[in-house]
Amino acid sequence: MISSSSNISSRSTSEGLLSWTVRLLALMAGGLLLLVVLFLFREAWPALQHIGVARFFSDPGWYPTEDAYRLTPMIWGTVWATAGSILLASPLGILSALFCHFYAPPLLGRWYRRMVELLAGIPSVVFGFWGLVVLVPLIGRWHPPGPSLLAGILILTLMIIPTIMLVAHASMAQVPVAYIHSATALGFSRWSMIWHVILPTTKVGLFTGILLGLARALGETMAVLMVCGNVVRTPSHLFDPIRTLTANIALEMAYALGQHRAALFVSGLLLLGLAMLCVGMAEGLRYRNAYVATK
Amino acid sequence: MLRQSRHVQEYGPTAIIWAAATMVVVPFFWLMGDLLWNGWNHLSLSFLFSAPQNAGREGGIGPILMSTLLVVGVCMGVAVPIGLGTALFLSEYTRQDHALGRLIRASLDVLAGVPSIVFGLFGNALFCQALGLGFSILSGGLTLACMVLPILIRTVEESFRAISRDQRLSAAALGLSTPTTIRTILLPAAIPGLLVGGILGLGRAIAETAALIFTSGYVDRMPESLMDSGRTLAVHIYDLAMNVAGGNPNAYATALVLVGLLLIINLSSSWITTRWTSFNQLPA
Amino acid sequence: MDLIQPTPRITSDSDERAGFRAWLPYPSTEPCCEPVAHIRAENLSIAYQGRQALRNVNLEINRGCITALVGPSGCGKTSFLMTLNRLTDLIPGCQVSGTLHINELNVLAQTTNLLNLRRTVGMIFQKPTVFPFSIRKNLELPLREHGTHDRTVLAATIEHVLQQVGLWQEVKDRLDRPAQGLSGGQQQRLCLARALVLSPDVLMLDEPCSALDPLSSGIIEDLIVSLQGHYTVIIVTHNLAQARRIADHVAFFWSYEGVGKLVEQGSAQQIFESPKEELTAAYISGIRG
Repeated sequence: MISSSSNISSRSTSEGLLSWTVRLLALMAGGLLLLVVLFLFREAWPALQHIGVARFFSDPGWYPTEDAYRLTPMIWGTVWATAGSILLASPLGILSALFCHFYAPPLLGRWYRRMVELLAGIPSVVFGFWGLVVLVPLIGRWHPPGPSLLAGILILTLMIIPTIMLVAHASMAQVPVAYIHSATALGFSRWSMIWHVILPTTKVGLFTGILLGLARALGETMAVLMVCGNVVRTPSHLFDPIRTLTANIALEMAYALGQHRAALFVSGLLLLGLAMLCVGMAEGLRYRNAYVATK
Repeated sequence: MLRQSRHVQEYGPTAIIWAAATMVVVPFFWLMGDLLWNGWNHLSLSFLFSAPQNAGREGGIGPILMSTLLVVGVCMGVAVPIGLGTALFLSEYTRQDHALGRLIRASLDVLAGVPSIVFGLFGNALFCQALGLGFSILSGGLTLACMVLPILIRTVEESFRAISRDQRLSAAALGLSTPTTIRTILLPAAIPGLLVGGILGLGRAIAETAALIFTSGYVDRMPESLMDSGRTLAVHIYDLAMNVAGGNPNAYATALVLVGLLLIINLSSSWITTRWTSFNQLPA
Repeated sequence: MDLIQPTPRITSDSDERAGFRAWLPYPSTEPCCEPVAHIRAENLSIAYQGRQALRNVNLEINRGCITALVGPSGCGKTSFLMTLNRLTDLIPGCQVSGTLHINELNVLAQTTNLLNLRRTVGMIFQKPTVFPFSIRKNLELPLREHGTHDRTVLAATIEHVLQQVGLWQEVKDRLDRPAQGLSGGQQQRLCLARALVLSPDVLMLDEPCSALDPLSSGIIEDLIVSLQGHYTVIIVTHNLAQARRIADHVAFFWSYEGVGKLVEQGSAQQIFESPKEELTAAYISGIRG
């Protein structure tokens, strides 16, 4: 007892020091989101004040040098590219998760999953580069010019399939084995087991995956920048070149000044808001699901 | 009758599912095959270490590898301590239902979904302009640190939480102080998780382009200090493909290097996971 | 710090041998089980998130004796143990009221030095919880933490406690191998040694045999008996036969609609042969629970 009383004081100082350091670091990390939002607002403020929100939709076009800041074509570009890729990637992602879990022989399933994980790790600039040198010329031969909404959709699809597939796969792995056994014992075929047992129980997980994929597609920059042609015009069909909000920022940020720069920050804020909405919804779903599960 | 209808039911879905799986595999192999086919011939030691010439059409990627290393180094150097501290705070100093902990966790979840281009805007405004660091490796690294923090914290926190309650209780029952418990029991047990978290963060940092083009910039010279602008591998690919006519061959080779690096990173993280789990269960 | 020691202990650090001897329990006295209260709980109540788990326990535990806490699961026995070394502090939403003294030390006081308290009150858990490093380091860690760094003292103490738990012959050649390589019974004995290494006054065992096979369980049981007189031992057990074999005193707990209460306490002989309460009689004869 006595021998250890000598280092009680030094021990409690180190304890206090550690706990305060850790607290400080956690506050830094936790405050980062706030800092991001604040700085975006600060930089976007001149545009919000002098241009006003309405003019982003009513100006004649996007001519920053002539003080015209119509964002609508870029918003449509983002919307169409995102919607198209979600439409393609959701079924493909979910079906390939089913493949991996219920159809592929175990070894093939494992390799398939590893491959999708690798696909998830390929940098967007590499996807963009491949799209630019392989996909765009192919589309161009079929229906010129080539750089188009379609190219963007295809590349985005390829990029978000892993997100959707891996989340779906994880939630399928959590289906209690007892469900599968009892469905099989009832004489369900593989597909009716999937249709009546697996899909209903993993609904929330599948939807979460799609929302996360949506967030990724919305925010993707390099790949769409490289394959979409970047013409500021609202697309009227699949083969029109488009420019997305993200590509717009990446293209013009390097030389933008004053109001122009502020307008780009406004589009950044818009992206941030949309991404927060997606993630918030996905997290809300997950939370509600966890809550139901524990009840 | 019954058997026949089941067969009809089964063939359709099975065919569709195999077709979907194939549709995912084909572009993957196409992409990888294309990179290997076109990039392999340009790859050599001198390509890796010499400087780019003629806007990158000729020469190698030496300075670019160096800049990448520095940017990623700054990023991990900043992100790892903050991430470790935050993960410790979340798992050891707050209860899971603690309000502040939940707030921090929620804000990190949202941060994880923020598009990288938005981080780029933020980094440009805060580090390049407000803090006056300009287009520099330091700005780029700090921006990336903000970006990889959420994934790092999440992995590390999970590995702390995976340590059983019994271990903590028996450490406390022996009168071990919190710092000692963390140093001797928790940190060693969480090392694989820490490594995997770090490696995942590293992978995201190396792959990043959009957050760097207006924070660390384009300059392809060998950087002399952290305050110099530096071009990373990903940015180099972008620039060669988009802005340099005839840059494709070198872009292919660079992309192959980048994907190879990421492959090594990915493999080592799964190797660590499997090796450590089996190591901990081995009897002696 | 000023935990009052009934038996004189040598605490001088100047003499190395004396320093080593200080770690031995009750070095100068004969083993004893005296009718002297070592631990006193008065009106002790425990609640988790507002729900009472244990209500108004009044219990005296005698020095040097083995006291068994018996009763059905969920009647608050483990909660009672965890209050004695304030592990309850680690459980979210746990509130303890009443008074609890170990010697003259007020355990529940804000100012109580927890690390010292936990050094005086050792605890063994249901499942063996060795730390994931070598056998030697498992034993050295608590000693170093509490201020012993001298290598010879460390080695001597480790050998001593390992012999005390009958593990020395089995592990003396593999002290630097991972402790997780030991069998379940060996691990539990190592945990016991790890608690003894701090030479505690009180030793608490929470169903120490329930995760073990009958053979290892028997070894642990014999060990606990050998501790009688050297330490104040409190053991939670579901095994009535075991309680009967090893305990000097028995405290019987029962859960009334989810709230644990102390029904009866007394010498093992009295509880098992002439219980005062009907409930106790019913429980020990196996009618309920």
